[in-house]
Parts: sequence; structure tokens; C-alpha cells
Amino acid sequence: MTAAAVEVAPVPMTAKRRGAQLAMLAFAIAVVMGAYASVGLGLDGKIPAGMLTYGLGLGALMVAAYLVLARFAPWADPLLLPLVTLINGIGLVIIYRIEQTGQAGASATNQLFWTALGVVMFSATLIVLKDHRALQRLTYTMGFVGLGLLVLPLVPFIGKEINGARIWIGVGGFTIQPAEFAKLALVVFFAGYLVAKRDVLALAGRRLLFIDLPRARDLGPVLITWGFSLAVLILQKDLGSSLLLFGTFIVMLYIATQRTSWVLIGVLLFLGGAILAGQLFDHVAARFEVYLNPESQALYDREFGGSYQLMQGLFALGSGGILGTGLGEGHPKLIPLSFSDFIFTAAGEELGLTGLMALLMVYALIVERGLRTAIAARDPFSKLLAGGLSFILAWQVFIIVGGVTNLIPLTGLVTPFMSAGGSALLANWILIALLVRMSDAARRPPPQAIQDEGMTQVFQR
Amino acid sequence: MNGTLKRASLACLLMFGLLMLNVNYLGAVKAEDYRTDSRNQRAFFARYSVDRGWITADDGKTTLAKTVDVGGDYRFERQYPNGKMYAHILGFFAPESSRGIELAAGKYLDGSHPDLLVRRAIDFISNEPPKGASVDLTIVPKAQEVAYNALRASGKRGAIVAMNPQTGAVQVMVSLPTYDPNTIVVPNKATAAKAYNKLDADEQDPLLNRATEKTYPPGSTFKVVTTAEILENDPSVTPETQVAAPQVLDLPQTTVGLPNYGGAACGGGQVSLRYALERSCNTPFAKLGMELGWDKMREQAAKFGMGEPIPFTLPVAKSDIGPEEELAALAQLSIGQRNNQMTPLQMLLVAAGIGNGGEVMKPYLINKIVGPDGGVLDETKPDTMTEAVSPEVAAKLKDMMVSVVQAGTATSAQIPGVSVAGKTGTAEHGDNPAPHAWFIGFAPADNPEVAVCVFIESGSAGTDATGGHTAAPLARDVMQAVLQAK
Repeated sequence: MTAAAVEVAPVPMTAKRRGAQLAMLAFAIAVVMGAYASVGLGLDGKIPAGMLTYGLGLGALMVAAYLVLARFAPWADPLLLPLVTLINGIGLVIIYRIEQTGQAGASATNQLFWTALGVVMFSATLIVLKDHRALQRLTYTMGFVGLGLLVLPLVPFIGKEINGARIWIGVGGFTIQPAEFAKLALVVFFAGYLVAKRDVLALAGRRLLFIDLPRARDLGPVLITWGFSLAVLILQKDLGSSLLLFGTFIVMLYIATQRTSWVLIGVLLFLGGAILAGQLFDHVAARFEVYLNPESQALYDREFGGSYQLMQGLFALGSGGILGTGLGEGHPKLIPLSFSDFIFTAAGEELGLTGLMALLMVYALIVERGLRTAIAARDPFSKLLAGGLSFILAWQVFIIVGGVTNLIPLTGLVTPFMSAGGSALLANWILIALLVRMSDAARRPPPQAIQDEGMTQVFQR
Repeated sequence: MNGTLKRASLACLLMFGLLMLNVNYLGAVKAEDYRTDSRNQRAFFARYSVDRGWITADDGKTTLAKTVDVGGDYRFERQYPNGKMYAHILGFFAPESSRGIELAAGKYLDGSHPDLLVRRAIDFISNEPPKGASVDLTIVPKAQEVAYNALRASGKRGAIVAMNPQTGAVQVMVSLPTYDPNTIVVPNKATAAKAYNKLDADEQDPLLNRATEKTYPPGSTFKVVTTAEILENDPSVTPETQVAAPQVLDLPQTTVGLPNYGGAACGGGQVSLRYALERSCNTPFAKLGMELGWDKMREQAAKFGMGEPIPFTLPVAKSDIGPEEELAALAQLSIGQRNNQMTPLQMLLVAAGIGNGGEVMKPYLINKIVGPDGGVLDETKPDTMTEAVSPEVAAKLKDMMVSVVQAGTATSAQIPGVSVAGKTGTAEHGDNPAPHAWFIGFAPADNPEVAVCVFIESGSAGTDATGGHTAAPLARDVMQAVLQAK
């Protein structure tokens, strides 16, 4: 080995891959514009007038996001932004398509507006939050903010009950779903708290049978979260959010402490809570009934808590088959709330099994990039935060997609980046900004040593 | 922490794996169940997403059923421009069922027939709605109109059916009372079902195609079949052969006798076969029928297609002379009474078979199938159904049937300048004093272009209805219309 050879082969370093990212972004925009055109052709044989407006609007937004990212997080993961753009764009197209059927509540213009605001929040997060570890200092603040947001809909005059769930607040002319923001704050809180306490949680305690039981005062947060999830479930009838938060907390606890016993305790607590809720509350019991036998005519005909909506979603999926009817050729109007919780099934009808597999693949890739960031991160807080945010995204997709496809009992949640709804879109764009920020930190090469020091220098990332 | 993160990643992988497996299960395995579930409205929409083929007559020149693009979820609307006149032929394309030609040629009309596979693939790729083939019928619209208007003007229930005896092509098929299929094809299950149920509950039974779907005692028109067997059985018998014609025929093992119509005498008790048919005397045919025996009568009936449902485009009820009983029953069925039950279509085939030299052609309604691009996909070739009698017997019978119209009971079926052959029937049945009135015949007798059967249901024509007065004039109008339409 000659000295010259070593000089041309320096230590492998992370590439920025900014060019590839831009190309993928352009590809994502092109796919979305093609989908717009396809909707128009499917509906009335014409390319819709809004295609350029929507397409170029989305394109301009994403280029802006790209520029902010290139300036403020140049080492960030190149896949995250294009993947989210693709799925957000497909969501826009499907909402636009549903709007064309005249289903009340579906508005592509609103969704594009919220997307724009989401990109603003994404940029602002990247610009303001130069170092995500600053969040660690806000652990307890975030905890209180999160709990506060979660309770907000229960406050009289502010809270609103829509479609049977009290998870909304009215601000001005808008309705906001604070749980979506609460979920971010609580993940930050969990990460900060667990990083601080993980040693006592993991080490102190008694051994009972095969399970290591932690000390009661360390168990406190678990019990509080469990109780809180149940309270949310009971008071707001929001099964989805409580399942989301509780599951995320258990997994973050496991990541932090490496204790399988905690997962076991958590699962037992959850099952206990679910069974209790099933006994006590009709609307919870109804979900189980529907889950076990959705095709029953009696449940289908039941006015409240029946299987009508679920079956309409499954009919849509079945009618789509493997290749789908094609955009604009299906009947999403038949599915109640097809633009919201059930957007995945509406997509299934027109894009088919193929399209759904692609969408799930994109979600899986986003989660994979997030988890990769967690593993590559250099400090425990970053690892836990990135792991938690990635998991909560995967968990949310699992809960809602699994629900509408009757893999698990249906609990309402928005489909991230796809369902119509501003709060979820803003919160999820912030979530992605946090992942981008952390991936930038993880991938950024450490300060370079002076090369002249010698050939034996080894970089450890 | 990397170890637990990796395990958490595995959990995420598992979750996405489960979602993907489940989506595949739904989209590939369960899809068919969901697609065809009656609660899935898409199947209903799909019924209206096809540019359904038209139904025409007269080589496409007359439109009987058409499809109109109205857009929306129920994009293609079915319309029947002359619905009531053609209801029993066309049937209907209702939200949950179809009937008539709409059912019989359904696969061609909605484009799902294998012959249209290529066309369907082109439509799919070019994103055009699938287009069905159109069906051209053998119906002669002008004659159909004459038949419909004449029967309607008479205010009677019944059926008129006519065909070309040389090919089997059905030229006229009218059944009254009728209904408007346009009320049943509305794309709304509840409205359509309501309209259908109302028709279904109607005592007059407008949904019934009286020409094919129900059997009635054929009365004296059946004497043509009996005569055919008399002639077949003994080649030496001619129209001039003398036969016994008592005023009342003693029936074995009974105390009642079998009289002629109205108890009248038939000549001097000994008449020619021709005269017996002309006057439609009962006793000679009843007597000769008994002499022939069950087996020979059944055999001759089968040669005209009786005993089996006639193969036809539309559903046909089975015509039959009934089970073997005592000889008295044979006497009655030889003159078209007792358990003798025929559809008007079956009696039409009797006339057509005689007109066509003994060869009964298979009746058909569909002339040809024309693809969306104008190419002919299928064309019906005339086919022989049965050989009912020898040409010699057919000639003798034709000769006698011409006499019936010239000098017998069916003089009102005469057409100036055209020789018409025919036979009337006035069928009493059960205890109902009002008889069914029948006429079967063909014209021109020498080279028949049209055979016709007119059936007027009992009660609707009054107690004094007879084949000669009630049915024959209608037959004359219809035959004339067919001949003029040529």
C-alpha cells in the first residue's frame, strides 16, 4: 500500500446527497401532478384546470422546504422530504378527487393551505431549533404542555364534540385537534424523562417470579400515563389517541431500559384497561363486536356503533382489487368520512392493492429513515427521541390502517399526511422536521482533524 | 440503546408486514366477496357503467331499446321507445334482474360475451366505457304494430304470434295486457321493485307473455294435429274420404255423449274429412282419435314439438296432450279439450309445419348480433326442429285448411287475392262458460311467407266468442301486414 493510494481513499464519510434529494423531490411532484391529471381524465376525460396550480403550488412549497433544509440541515437524510412530499401530495389528490364527488367536508384547497402551513412549521422548526438537544432542557415543560393540550377539549366553551368524539377545540373559525400536538410534546417529555431516569428504572427494584418489578415511585409515570390514557379514552371517547400514546410510551420505556418485563406490564395494563372499558362503555364494546363480525347484517344496520362505515371501506378495497379502478373511476362517496379516517380505503378503491402496497412502503421507508437516524444518533436523548418519533408514526399508521382494514378493532385516528385535517398535518410536519434535524446531527461528520497528523487516524462516528 | 432500538425496528417491520399481508388478503382473496356483496352499491353502479347495446328490428332500422348517456353514477339509462308494444319480447333491464331479450342476449348487450373480449380490452385501455353489441330481432315492426293495435282495439286479453314458416323467424309477438318496461328500469332499486310488484300483483297478469309462458286448451285448432295423424296412419285417406259424423258421439264407460259445437248436426251423419274440418265437427275427430289410440296420438303430437319445451330465445312453457287416461279422455283431447294444454307458440308451429311441407322450423327471435364496430358477430341460420308429417300429408292438410278459410268456419280470415289456409278453435275449459278463441293459419297457402296464431283468452271476449268471429279477423290483419311489409 502506497501513501498515494491512502491519500485518494480517505475515511468514508456521509455524503450530503443533495442532488439526489432534489431529483427525488422532482419525481415525487411529477407523480402527484400525474395523479391530478389522472383524476381529471377519469372523471370527465379532461386534464383538470387546477393541475398546474396544485402541482406547481406543491412544487414551490417543497422547493422552499428543500432550500431551508439545504441551508439549515445540510447533512440531513435525503429521503425524508421526498417521501413525505409524495405521500402528502397523494393525500391532496385523493382529497381533491373526493371533493369532486361533492362529499361534504372534503376540501383540497384547505388541505393545500394546511400543507403550506405545515411546510412553514417545518422550516421554522429547522431554523429556530439549531440543536434539538435544547428540547431536553424543556422535558417537564413539554410534559405539562402535552397533558394540558390533551385535556383542553374537555374545557367547557373551548372544547367541541364532533362525530361523537370530544377531541376538538374551536379557535376563531378553525377547529384544532390538540391531541396531535400533545403527542409531539409527550414524546419529547418521555424521551427526556426516560433518559434521566433510565438507570433507576432499570436497576432498582425487586424480583417477583420472573419479572423485575421497579420501585413504586419509579413506576409512577407509567401508572400516571396509563391512568391518563384511560381518562382520555373515557372522557373524550378517543380510543385511537389513548392507544397511540400508551403504546408509544411502553416502547420508549423498553428502548430506554431494555426491560422486557416493562413491556409485559404495559401490555397487561392496557389489556386490563381495554377489557374494563369494554365492560363499562357501550361504544368500546361495540367496536369489539364490529371487529369480530363486521359482515353481520344486524351490525351493518345498527345506527350507532355499527359496521356500516367499516364495510363500506372494505367494499371499496374489494372493488379496487389488485390494480384499482383508476383515479376518478371509483365511488369514494359511498364511504362515510372517506377523506378523513377512511382515506386509506378510498385510495384502495382507485389505486388498488398495488397502490396501497406502495403507500405502505413509503410509510415504512419514512419510519426506517427515522429509526436509522435513532441508531446513528450520538447521544441517548437523540436516540430515544428519534426512536420514539419514528415509532409513533409507525404505530399511528398501524392503528388507523389496521383499523380500517379490520386487522385490529377500529379506533379513530388520522392517517398521517393523507387525511384531511390541519392539526395532524402541522404536527406531522414538525415531527418530520425534528427527524430531519436529528438526522442532520447524526450524519454530520465530526470536526475534521488535521489530515497531516498521520495515516493511522481513524474516525469513529 | 442500539439493541433495543433494533428490536423496536423489528416491531415496526412486523407491523408493516402485518398491514401489507392483510391488505393483500383483502385485495386479492376477499376482493371477490366484497365486490359481489349485495350491500356494495358499486355492483349496482357497474350495471349502468356499460354503454349497453341497442335492440333493433328490421336490420337496425327500427330501435326497440336504446341506451342514453345521462352521466353521473347511473351513467347509461335504458329506454324503450315503444315499450308497451314490445314489452314481452324485450323484457327489461331492471336494477336487480332482467328478462326477455335483455336477459337472453345479456352477455352480448353488456359486452361481457367472449366474442367481445378484444373490444372490451380496447375500451379498457382507451378509458372508454365498455360498449355492448346490439341485437337485431326478426320482428317485422309494421306487422307488430298492426297486431298490437288490433288486439288492443278489440279490448281483449290474448296473444298474437307470427313467424316465417320457411325459416322460423318470428315476425310478430304480442301479448295483452301489457306493461311499460320503462317504469321498471329506473336506476333505483326501491322504485323499480315497487313498480314491478304492482304489476306482479295485478290480477290481469300483464307481466305474463301469453304467447309462450302459459298453456291453454287449444280447442278445435288441435284437430289439425289429429287429422295429420289420421292421414299419416293411412296413406289411402284423402280429404274426400267419408267419415262417420254422428250428432252425439257415445263415449265408452260414460253416460254423457260428446256433441258437436252447440249440439248441431254435422252434415248427414256421414261426411267427407274435408267437410268435417271445414265445419269443425267434433264427433268425427273424437271417434277417429279414439281409433288411433294413445300412442299414435302422442307420437304425432311429439312430432310437432309437444311434450318438450320448445327451444326458443325466450322461456317457453311445455305444451302437452296430458297423461294417458280412459278412451273417453282421448276422444276429448283429439278435439283439443281435456288435459290438452298448448302455448300459442306451439299451435303456431303446427300451422307453420303444415305450411312448410311438414317440416317444422325452429322458431327464433334474434336475427343477428352486431358488434360496437358494426361487424356482424353472429347471425341465426334457419334450422329444422322436427319433421311433423310427410310432404304428401302436409299437402292434403293444406288443401283442407284452405277450404276452412274459403268455405268453413274461418271465412273472416280471407285476404283478397291471397289464398289463406287456417283452422279456428273455440275451446271450452273447466266450468267456465266463456271459451278461449283460437285461429291458426298461414298465407299464401302455396308458398307461405307468414304463419300466425291468434289466441283470445276466455272471458275477455264474452261467452259467445268463437275462433271464427273473434280470432280469425285479427289473424287476417296480421298476415296481410306481414305480406305487405315484404
